Amino acid sequence: MKHLILYFAFFVSSLGLSAQQGYNVGDVAEDFRLPNIDGKLYSLADIPNAQGFIVIFTCNHCPYSIAYEDRIIALHRKYQAKGWPVVAINPNDSVVQPADSWSAMKVRAREKSFPFLYLLDERQEVFPRFGATRTPHVYVLQKQENGSLKVAYIGAIDDNHKDAGAVNEAFLSNALDALMAGKTPEPSFTRAIGCSIKVKQ
Amino acid sequence: MGLALLALATPSLATVPEVRIKVVDFEGFKKELEAQDDTVRIINFWATWCLPCLKELPDFERTARERAGNRVAFIFVSLDNAEQLDTRVIPFLREREAPARHFLLDDPGANRWIPLVSGEWSGAIPATLIYRSGKRKFHEGMMSYDELNAQINGML
Repeated sequence: MKHLILYFAFFVSSLGLSAQQGYNVGDVAEDFRLPNIDGKLYSLADIPNAQGFIVIFTCNHCPYSIAYEDRIIALHRKYQAKGWPVVAINPNDSVVQPADSWSAMKVRAREKSFPFLYLLDERQEVFPRFGATRTPHVYVLQKQENGSLKVAYIGAIDDNHKDAGAVNEAFLSNALDALMAGKTPEPSFTRAIGCSIKVKQ
Repeated sequence: MGLALLALATPSLATVPEVRIKVVDFEGFKKELEAQDDTVRIINFWATWCLPCLKELPDFERTARERAGNRVAFIFVSLDNAEQLDTRVIPFLREREAPARHFLLDDPGANRWIPLVSGEWSGAIPATLIYRSGKRKFHEGMMSYDELNAQINGML
């Protein structure tokens, strides 16, 4: 009986976060069409040979995004070859945060030679649909047999924003490796400190 | 001699005359979340580089001054880089004045401790926990002066 109560309590408490707006793990994600820094519009459907996508809401200015830039680049290099490219999306309003403007995005991408798409959520419609609340915020989407995109992992890149060398749990890599092996990511939901998303006033 | 021993015993306590701020990991911080007395505690998570945090800070400081000694306690928890304590955080706080206690939370294991602060927190800052003994309210995002005071009044 005690176990039943504990199980119920855990179930109820885990509902707390999933009751919020946006996708939960297991949901089907809608595709989108957003401008890349090269001026062209992209949908996930346009990306060839993909088994899934590592969608990362991220930006120029946030110290946490900056701390993860090199790791995001490395993740793209490693996983794109296996059919899982990174797709970065800047969700921020550039009036509220000028450092995240369109031109600043282009400069940063050039400075760091970003190998992935760096899209702008220009109408700020995509990040609320996903339920992204901070930068960086990761959503791994896995292509299903019918072509739909299932949310397979949500949350942090790893457990140490400060020191890539001191990471104990590489949450995102582990999730991707699990998916490629036909397994379920565990954990499939993690949290991290990040900068709030700058909504247009 | 006693003071020197105290300094040795608490090496992370920075006692710059104007600003007192304690660098802690989550183990060292968590008792601030577990007080059982009658005081309404307002715990605000912020950082010097976080623009919305800085935008709401004056309203928090004003409220702290207005309610000083009146069954409320303000605690500010910086998520700045601990290496920037002396170069950035203390200079910033030196320019400000509010009856409050200050911490710098230096603990990268955020996936572990974020839900221990609140199950409603996804990790974005600013974020504020308001509690009094058993009653807790959490707010992710900026809080206005009116919202903050309404929440505090709701706890008193």
